[in-house]
Amino acid sequence: MHNLDISLEHITKVEGAANVEVKVRDGKVEARFEIAEQKRFYTKAIEGKPLMAVPQLLSRICGTCSNAHILASIEACEHAAGIVPTEQTRVLRTLTMDGLNVRDHALHLYLFVVPDMVGKDNFLSLDESDPAQHQMLHDAFDIKAAGNFLAELVAGRSVHAVYPTLGGFLKFPDKAGVEQAVKKLEAVRPAVVRTVELFARSPFHFDRQTNFMALVPKDRFGFIDGEIRDSFGHVIPESGFREHLNHVVLPNSTASAYSHKDAAYMVGSLARVNLAKDLLHPKTKESLKDVLKLFPSTDIYFNNLAQAIEILHCLDEAVEILTTREFKPEPLVRAAPRAGVGIGVVEAPRGTLYHKVETDAKGNVVKGEVIVPTNQNQLNMQEDIARIVQDNLDKMTKEEIVHEIEKLVRAYDPCMSCAAHFLKVKWA
Amino acid sequence: MSAASKPSSPPASPKIRIGWFSYSCCEDSTIVLTEMMNDHWQEWKEMFDFRHARVLQANNVFDEMDVAFIEGAIASEKQAEEVRKIRGLAKRVVAIGSCACTGMPSAQRNNFNPQQKQEIEFLIEKFKASPKAQKLSEVIKIDAEVPGCPMDPKKFLDAVTKLVAELRGAK
Repeated sequence: MHNLDISLEHITKVEGAANVEVKVRDGKVEARFEIAEQKRFYTKAIEGKPLMAVPQLLSRICGTCSNAHILASIEACEHAAGIVPTEQTRVLRTLTMDGLNVRDHALHLYLFVVPDMVGKDNFLSLDESDPAQHQMLHDAFDIKAAGNFLAELVAGRSVHAVYPTLGGFLKFPDKAGVEQAVKKLEAVRPAVVRTVELFARSPFHFDRQTNFMALVPKDRFGFIDGEIRDSFGHVIPESGFREHLNHVVLPNSTASAYSHKDAAYMVGSLARVNLAKDLLHPKTKESLKDVLKLFPSTDIYFNNLAQAIEILHCLDEAVEILTTREFKPEPLVRAAPRAGVGIGVVEAPRGTLYHKVETDAKGNVVKGEVIVPTNQNQLNMQEDIARIVQDNLDKMTKEEIVHEIEKLVRAYDPCMSCAAHFLKVKWA
Repeated sequence: MSAASKPSSPPASPKIRIGWFSYSCCEDSTIVLTEMMNDHWQEWKEMFDFRHARVLQANNVFDEMDVAFIEGAIASEKQAEEVRKIRGLAKRVVAIGSCACTGMPSAQRNNFNPQQKQEIEFLIEKFKASPKAQKLSEVIKIDAEVPGCPMDPKKFLDAVTKLVAELRGAK
């Protein structure tokens, strides 16, 4: 098969709309991964708005990653305004990220990936009379519900959270809620360990060398603090991120891609676990000794396994925090308006998320920029799609190749709503 | 719209045939739907035949539906053309979430000042976006709305209960 055309409109079981175009001529493969969302111009829409309004508006870039956008935006706005949050606020933000990752990773792993593993199309069509599939159905919704409860308790909602804001939180977890959250999280821990074991046994593998990049904390695995590091040991200061990520225009995509040192790189759970597995919660490390020996890994499908590991870490961390400290109401930290530039970097479930904001003397936004994980993984995905086609041209039917492409794209857990939000910004 | 590859024979059980479609939005209501499944998946599994829901399945059928749920604003003629087709195939159409019900915030570019509009114009042209992003009812007739950003789960359940009663009563 030396000539082939694949036009895959709307990859399914992912967040948002993306297309894949593949052209093979005389055995030479050209692949394009294109985001097909209409632009909504969020970074343009924040211009002129007061900082206080920015995190909630930028949350609407993405439904599933919304709480990560809120926290990245809050961090950027606080840096611009000179606001330093309290220790309790930092802990509540950690719990917000824990709830998000439990809920979001479980959604991706079970509703999007498991159907491929069991040969079904829709997760709801798994067979309840089959003991293994029965277990998967119940584990999926039980884990998701526990993560959802934690997110609602700490952040007010699991989608577009309403409690986190500039300078602190608007409401605080009560004792009864905390006790209930601990109970629910502890109850699903065996299900989370089963999830890790399930993905450790996954029959899917795709090995490739790439550069992994993530925000790596100093002491404890996490999603908010740290330095940006990569597989080659480079350290990128948050303030200089823009000089290290090169904007790449993809002709027919409504989103942009990024390269680092003129090469594709990968962000997300696999990058985080590869770069910081030693910092995972002690209880998580104790429970997953053998599985953690598989990392660092260059198997892209292990991004799913890394997500399952992160669910356990988030659960163990949340339970430790909720059982060892109390939360007291405290006022928001405020600061007088000023002109400034602020950068916020967090690890969203899908990888490193950058927010940048510039304000005038009144504290209103002059301009903003957002770089999301899916934009950063786009070149890597595109290279992988080309290799899948090249490797399987003479072995598989066109339909089988399309299925392999969809499976691998899902392993990256892309989010197209995020990827098509913006307008390219030129900074002076 | 992807081609049909699901078995074309109608389901034996009188399940309600559902379509779930997303246009210009952040798909927050889709995420809320998947979170509502934590409590309702067994009931919905029995009650609904998901004919078209890209977030849940690869093999989608674009044919007659009892209820089409549509989230997002309509931001291009291609999207408008699709929802007009959905309207022709669905007995009931429900606008889901703020962008479908009001256009906002996805339609925020409609309110940009002249300079902002000029700055985005080349992208509007390049990706064949409509001059204005519209709420769903500006493009097709809708039968119900579930507002909220994201949609309010209680209002969604109320709407579903009412629709199921109507459709079951009509059969």
